[in-house]
Amino acid sequence: MTAIAEPTSTSDTLTMAGALNRALADALTEDERVLVFGEDVGTLGGVFRVTDGLAARFGEARVFDTPLAEAGIVGTAIGMAMNGLRPVVEMQFDAFAYPAFEQITSHLAKLRNRTHGRVELPIVIRIPYGGGIGGVEHHCDSSEVYYTHTAGLRVVTPSSPADAYALLRQAIDSPDPVIFLEPKRRYWEKETARLDHRGSTLDRAVVRRPGTDLTLISYGGALGTTLEAAEAAQEEGYSAEVIDLRSLSPFDLDTVAASVRRTGRAVVVHGASRFCGYGAEVAAQLSETCFHYLEAPVLRVAGFDIPYPAPNLEQHHLPGVDRILDAIERLQWDDSAPAAGGGV
Amino acid sequence: MTTTERAAASHLLPSAEPLGLIAADGSPVPDPTLELPDGEVLLRLYRGMVAGRRFDTQATALTKQGRLAVYPSARGQEAAEIGGILALRPQDWLFPTYRDSMAVVARGVDPVEVLTLLRGDWHCGYDPYRANVAPQCTPLATNTLHAVGFAHAARIKGEDSVSLVLLGDGATSEGDTHEALNFAAVWQAPVVFLVQNNGYAISVPLSKQTAAPSLAHKGIGYGMPSVLVDGNDAAAVHAVVEQAVARAAAGEGPTLIEAVTYRVESHTNADDATRYRDRAEVEQWLARDPIARLKQYLTDRGLLDDARRQEIEARAEAEAATLRERMNVDTELDPAELFRHVYAEPTAALRQQAAELTAELTTGDRA
Repeated sequence: MTAIAEPTSTSDTLTMAGALNRALADALTEDERVLVFGEDVGTLGGVFRVTDGLAARFGEARVFDTPLAEAGIVGTAIGMAMNGLRPVVEMQFDAFAYPAFEQITSHLAKLRNRTHGRVELPIVIRIPYGGGIGGVEHHCDSSEVYYTHTAGLRVVTPSSPADAYALLRQAIDSPDPVIFLEPKRRYWEKETARLDHRGSTLDRAVVRRPGTDLTLISYGGALGTTLEAAEAAQEEGYSAEVIDLRSLSPFDLDTVAASVRRTGRAVVVHGASRFCGYGAEVAAQLSETCFHYLEAPVLRVAGFDIPYPAPNLEQHHLPGVDRILDAIERLQWDDSAPAAGGGV
Repeated sequence: MTTTERAAASHLLPSAEPLGLIAADGSPVPDPTLELPDGEVLLRLYRGMVAGRRFDTQATALTKQGRLAVYPSARGQEAAEIGGILALRPQDWLFPTYRDSMAVVARGVDPVEVLTLLRGDWHCGYDPYRANVAPQCTPLATNTLHAVGFAHAARIKGEDSVSLVLLGDGATSEGDTHEALNFAAVWQAPVVFLVQNNGYAISVPLSKQTAAPSLAHKGIGYGMPSVLVDGNDAAAVHAVVEQAVARAAAGEGPTLIEAVTYRVESHTNADDATRYRDRAEVEQWLARDPIARLKQYLTDRGLLDDARRQEIEARAEAEAATLRERMNVDTELDPAELFRHVYAEPTAALRQQAAELTAELTTGDRA
């Protein structure tokens, strides 16, 4: 039933929201088992317009609004997937996905294992996540580690329109359930790129910017800030390599460790809180596998260990360029000045 | 909805008293709204209940012998367990709970595979696609949503398949049940909710669970027809489930059925029901035994003679003996299996952890 589409040969200029919309449309076109549903995803096209026009184009049997109940959305998606369909569902906001947590952790993540692989649940749960858009409370959580800590789920987050397209197409094609985290602060940033979902990028990190002195590791909404920081660091004499993890589970240790073994220094950057945040896992794995290559402890630049702040205070919580530059300066350069000759 | 339509919606309400076809003493109770199953079906119900109870007794005994980690008995609920299952067609699906092992076996799943969960060897021991039975659900009410989704998918695919989901009185308080009833009604999904109201959610009686006139009364809130039935009357349970399945298959949407029954045993072997209920109450329900009444009814009508009854009991006994024998064989579990079905393909981290465990098991000592 699934056909491989010819990749779009020309480049497109579009936003992440537009790229996600294109990915859903292409998946709906190519595979009649694909369904899209959730709250306001039909007539309205989603509160972020990611599903804009899909109900009109593919019909209400395949793209539809549900009653307002997140456990209901995920629970019924599980039943549909057991019956051979491939649901792509939307949770309207990060914190609004919590009512579905039991269905996600106890059923979606475990059914393959519980049934010796007999029940497969190719479901994608799209969740707009993270802050930086001036949202009021419960609209800005970075909830990634709730999902990465759950075996059986893939957790993916794109940082660019082209990746958003490729990763969502691959997530829909995946035989495993995928938590697809969309950094809402990046929804409207444009990129000119060729959309292509072939090749295997679903569980691979990518080097966004090559560098030699240190490795900055980030993902999702914080990636753009991290790239800005790398440019600023260059002016201060540090050559920073930037890795975009893309897949949070599984974690692409190979790509990250290869970089850190070359640079000897690493900083993990994310908007989520620091304590037990994703950076803790990255730092632990790097200290286990790259200890003798490290010139300094792996540092974390993250949100504070507080409930997500009100919009007029969020700029103090989310890591900005300066906080990343401060961390770079703390990477024990005294004994070994960076190759570029800069440093503190 | 207009005022007239709202007024007309009272047809969604259940009857004041539970529907029944055969009274506790085995005498017939004519009901114009229900069709009494024919003699052959009644005999199948009787046979199913006898086999179900024998299975249940055997599982309880296996627990006492340490062969099962835990067993939640459905003794006393045979009419609801078997009556519902035998009303299903082969293409229909069952979404059971942990207490419904008897129903799963009646649906045709190998009893040893059913007991894998309670033996503690794995979580679900059977292939759901072989007999159209979803894994038994342990967290309450989560299976209601799976049933609705499965049924809705069947409709989307144009397949004639109805989902029957089993749940208990306690599960009706869970949010998932509310969401499932609502989704099912909005979508007009071909699903039948069979609530076995056995009086207790572990120790909590129904009076502390709900203030509703009956659990079936909840249906009207979702715009769903509801039926209140004597859950110890296998003929009546079979008749109402069969009706609901036919309605669902005809595209007329879901039905909520409350079968009023009683959990004769404790919640599980680990529970002690004497801490929260009187023996007198249990005795009352024992007098309403589902098997005894159908036996009486069939015997009075010459449909069940001693030879037939003995043959049915002997067969149930033989099945229990086979089960006992098979369950007394020690199983060999492969620890490598732990890593095999987490993802479609094991991740690098899982491959490494599998190797670590293998090394640990191979060396026996610390390296």
